[in-house]
Amino acid sequence: MAAERKAPSTIYGVNSFCPGCGHGIVIRLIAEVVEEMGLAENAIGVLAVGCSCLTNRYLALDLMQAAHGRAAASAGAIKRCRPEKLIFTYQGDGDAASIGIAETLYSAQRNEGFTQIIVNNGVYGMTGGQMSPTTLVGQKTTTSVQGRDPEVMGMPLKISELISSFDVAYLARGSVHNAASIRKTKKYIQKAFETQMNQGGYTCVEVISPCPTNWHLTPLQAVDRIEKEVLAYYPLGEFCEGGVR
Amino acid sequence: MKKLMKGNNALAEAAILAGCRFFAGYPITPQTEILEYLAKHLPKRGGHFVQTESELAGINMVMGAAATGFRAMTSSAGPGFSLKQEGISYLCSMELPAVIVDVMRYGIGLGNIVLGQGDYFQAVKGGGHGGYKVPVYAPSSVQENVDYITMAFDTAEAYRTPVILLSDGAIGQMAESVELPEAKEHDPDKYDWTLKGRDAAHPTGRKMTDRIYYDFAYSEYDPHIRERYSKMEEELQMWEEIELADAEVVLVSYGISSRVCKEAVKLARKKGWKAGMIRPITLWPFPRKAFEKTNKMAKAYLSVEMNACGQMVEDVALYGRSVPVYSYPSGRVIADPEVILQKIEGIFQGTEKEVF
Amino acid sequence: MLIIEKTKCKACGYCVSACPKEALFLGDEVNEKGYKAVAVDPEKCVECGTCYTVCPDTVFTIKEA
Repeated sequence: MAAERKAPSTIYGVNSFCPGCGHGIVIRLIAEVVEEMGLAENAIGVLAVGCSCLTNRYLALDLMQAAHGRAAASAGAIKRCRPEKLIFTYQGDGDAASIGIAETLYSAQRNEGFTQIIVNNGVYGMTGGQMSPTTLVGQKTTTSVQGRDPEVMGMPLKISELISSFDVAYLARGSVHNAASIRKTKKYIQKAFETQMNQGGYTCVEVISPCPTNWHLTPLQAVDRIEKEVLAYYPLGEFCEGGVR
Repeated sequence: MKKLMKGNNALAEAAILAGCRFFAGYPITPQTEILEYLAKHLPKRGGHFVQTESELAGINMVMGAAATGFRAMTSSAGPGFSLKQEGISYLCSMELPAVIVDVMRYGIGLGNIVLGQGDYFQAVKGGGHGGYKVPVYAPSSVQENVDYITMAFDTAEAYRTPVILLSDGAIGQMAESVELPEAKEHDPDKYDWTLKGRDAAHPTGRKMTDRIYYDFAYSEYDPHIRERYSKMEEELQMWEEIELADAEVVLVSYGISSRVCKEAVKLARKKGWKAGMIRPITLWPFPRKAFEKTNKMAKAYLSVEMNACGQMVEDVALYGRSVPVYSYPSGRVIADPEVILQKIEGIFQGTEKEVF
Repeated sequence: MLIIEKTKCKACGYCVSACPKEALFLGDEVNEKGYKAVAVDPEKCVECGTCYTVCPDTVFTIKEA
């Protein structure tokens, strides 16, 4: 007997992401978890600048769009002011790990009580595919024209590993490149949200996500690249268990 | 009952009394006592104090707190105030109430921690991007630190705008006797627009972002912004008049410099010179209405401020219309009443050179 | 029963690739966005929900018959 499957009602309209963009999946997972936890009327999201802000017209929750890189700071304040609500950020890797790395790391360091969702797709998407902190070695972008050269551009940045140096409440890296990973990533988001609401403390889920448009690949080639190339540098899994402080 | 308090401490206490329950900031001289006072007192009185990793994080935390309806404040000085500008522009675009205190110091870049009035342009002319305007209150005493911070929170909410309190190192560091107001309780839930979780009236949730995106049709936005700033410009002007009735040389000065100018007006009157003064209390909106009155009979404006080249003097020229404008930027020291008298004398004798 | 909202489909092909029964295919029908929207062979579909899971655009709904 097939189980019923229906997009959460917290998603409305049609998203404006490119074909095969992982954002649509991550947002749906957030919406599913929020609804399953019965928190749609008690959730506040803080969006970043970049493709992530397209979420505003897609996710039916109270949402704020922060300044570029500053979502973690704003979300930390919102959680302090409204501790009974579920507070999360929704940011790209450029936002959270480059311009906003200070806000990200200090939120973890202060153990601010919100959940940080960082979508890592290895490029600046909305501005047209420039090198981001997570662009892989050799990956060609409009600003790493010959491919990322670690000699002059440094190695790709591992934001979850940096966060893991602090005593945070929950931290995991998931992916949305195939069904099994998507199911697991949903569990990570659920654990992060439950940890936030039950025990408190900083929680974060980094999600590896395809950007076919700016990788100049078809969607299927893009998810294949994640499996074969991206996960070798960004392994998936939980960095610490939810609920254990 | 009056109390002897240091300017920065009095300001911080008055913020708590005005219902401020969220502060995020970073140490920088000469505003650090505000941070320290609130670190000690705000948590005890039900508020949140956060020492952030930077001024950027401070203003962006304030943005988050303001979005939930809390009365929120940050403070800084000079170089740190520069870092607040991005956030101030965003607060303006989202039309969020918040209070930003700049305890001004002297100089460009790192400048110097000595007192000064270095940030007029940045506060008044929109230090961030996009061409916004922010009400700016300029206290000239510890008591006014208290009075204007209360007013700043009220104005911020009444107009849904960030408000800047432009204090300076002298007022921040000096101790004077002050009368503190009654404590106000602020209800963060009283406004519908604040983030609190979607409800029947907002089935797809509130969208707290630049209001250009959700709240206005494309053609409605520019008129909205113009109307919004015109209304503030018309309604918020505040100034103090001294001996203006028959004044021929009108000093224009704010903050710590205005205290010296008041003394200079007295000394000039003793000499029989018809001197007076306009003290802008709001620097934006600049007190246009005061100038409209004095432009008819003033023979000269003398702008006195504590920086190297003069900043406010440009607004004096703008609002002073065809009246000749003279400038006394006193640099790194508080203006000297004797120099002001010499300048007034020079203006009467035609030996002082006008700048506009 | 598998319901497909063809207007939402951007023809990324994730579902076609992920379907364990090879029941999905990109049809010839072009939707209003200009994509060849996904279609299902109902004979092959077992309503496992994998297509729902991998779809970035909430195209699929599975209802109990």
